[in-house]
Amino acid sequence: MFWNREVETMPQEILKELQLQRLKEVVKRAYERVPFYRKKFEEVGLKPQDIKTLEDIKYIPFTSKAELREVYPFGIFAVPLSEIVEIHSSSGTTGKPVVAGYTKGDLELWGEVMARCLTMIEITKEDIVQIAYGYGLFTGGLGFHYGALKIGATIVPASAGNTRRQIELMRDFGTTFLACTPSYALYLAEYAKEEIGIEPSLLKLKAGSFGAEMWTEEMRKEIEKRFGLKAYNVYGLTEIIGPGVAHECTEQAGLHVWEDHFYIEIVDPETGEVLPEGTRGELVITTLTREGMPMLRFRTRDITSIIKGECPCGRTVRRIDRIRGRTDDMIKVRGVMLFPYQIEQAILEVQGVEPHYQIVITRPQYLDEIEVQVEVSKETFSDEIKVLENLRKKLEKRIEQTTGIRVKVTLVEPKSIPRSEGKAKRVIDKRKLTD
Amino acid sequence: MKIKQISVFLENKKGRLFEALKAIAEKNINIRALSIADTSEFGILRMIVDNPEEAKNALEEAGFTTKISNVVAIGVKDKPGGLAEVLEHLFKADINVEYVYAFVEKSGEQAVVVLRTNHLDKTIDLLKVHGIKLLSWEDILAL
Ligand SMILES: [Zn+2]
Repeated sequence: MFWNREVETMPQEILKELQLQRLKEVVKRAYERVPFYRKKFEEVGLKPQDIKTLEDIKYIPFTSKAELREVYPFGIFAVPLSEIVEIHSSSGTTGKPVVAGYTKGDLELWGEVMARCLTMIEITKEDIVQIAYGYGLFTGGLGFHYGALKIGATIVPASAGNTRRQIELMRDFGTTFLACTPSYALYLAEYAKEEIGIEPSLLKLKAGSFGAEMWTEEMRKEIEKRFGLKAYNVYGLTEIIGPGVAHECTEQAGLHVWEDHFYIEIVDPETGEVLPEGTRGELVITTLTREGMPMLRFRTRDITSIIKGECPCGRTVRRIDRIRGRTDDMIKVRGVMLFPYQIEQAILEVQGVEPHYQIVITRPQYLDEIEVQVEVSKETFSDEIKVLENLRKKLEKRIEQTTGIRVKVTLVEPKSIPRSEGKAKRVIDKRKLTD
Repeated sequence: MKIKQISVFLENKKGRLFEALKAIAEKNINIRALSIADTSEFGILRMIVDNPEEAKNALEEAGFTTKISNVVAIGVKDKPGGLAEVLEHLFKADINVEYVYAFVEKSGEQAVVVLRTNHLDKTIDLLKVHGIKLLSWEDILAL
């Protein structure tokens, strides 16, 4: 199903023309109205009229999250504050938060792209949509809300947390669609079964959109099995618009990016060089139509690749792979780049282990040591030491094969790794990196 | 002639064994036999209790991972060589012993040996053939 068939299936050549026209407009607008951008352009001697083709975008300087913090709070806005009707903000755990301002038109755009996402996975006005992303400054809750509102679904704005209530609402209202983080989805399933005695697969859920943190195919299978639903990847970020930048279709083979509004590039995270389709690197996004806050070549720090070829669903807008890591999550261990997802992948490949784990990095003397704590589940527990030792060794071997790094696997009791109601804390870095 | 044994995964952390035993004691479940096998990082607590299902529930409620499995229990005369004889029969029949633990009965006349092998049915048949006394669940409860 299509929300906007014309745009979603537009031939790539026409789409590219539309993108170029919009790119020229947004560059001009940013240059004229945002001193932050004008200064950056002047520093490299670039004028808006120098952008003549889509490829010319490579001359535009990147925008980083750190730079956005420097112009906190409103230094990136391209309209007077009176035109801004809503403000969101990303958490400021690592410094000043980033502020996003939306005009009426931007909210309309947000609803439009989210409506496309939901319709793409066959959510209609007949559905009961439970939004368990946080409502508030975080974009997750309201982003889904605007999309669901647009398609006319019945919205249950549950927001994050209050797990028991979430499950009771699903049961009593007959919720058919769930939106939350993937780790929270697993927690909900576990909680329903263990704490309330509700078998999650008997709930009426048929689909769910999960995002705002990294997850794997195996986690998808686990969530799908436990709830008996189809689990989809959703992608978005505060700096661009929030959820709705990209979403999987029913093929579950990559996330369609709404390229008429968001121009995507993949660059080498170290050199900034633009990489070809199919190559993994850092996703860079330019908003083509945002009014309140145009974003030129924003470094998302998310690692993915553009998927080559057309999707069987008929959409011509290109797809990106599921997010494979964050450039900031890159842990440098013994000089090697390591992503937590690689370890997660390895654990989940070793049969029957519940996806609950934690990575602890220490430096007892001069060498980094990695301990991966994996919870022993009912399925993997054995009354024989030999079997558990084998499991441990298999995990160590598989992780070494995937990452190239030798780690120590420790089996731990269930629930000894803290469950989160938001983003899962996977890595604990205890190294003193002062020297 | 199979006996139900409950096993519990324990991290080698202070107090975990105590927590596990407390969970069982609070439900007034009696432990007939107990053994701990451990490595430097984790351990497995194995127990014969008078109500395995209830023990399982109590332990899982307390957050432990558990498993109920079948073992055989035999009465061995409390004299030198008693257990060795049993093991010899198994060895000759090419049956692997996964683990074994023993305790002495109250009367002190016989030792009770709990055995887990890779072929439990074959083990039972073999021991019967050699006239070794297999304990029934009733025997265990009467201990
Ligand atoms: Zn598709």
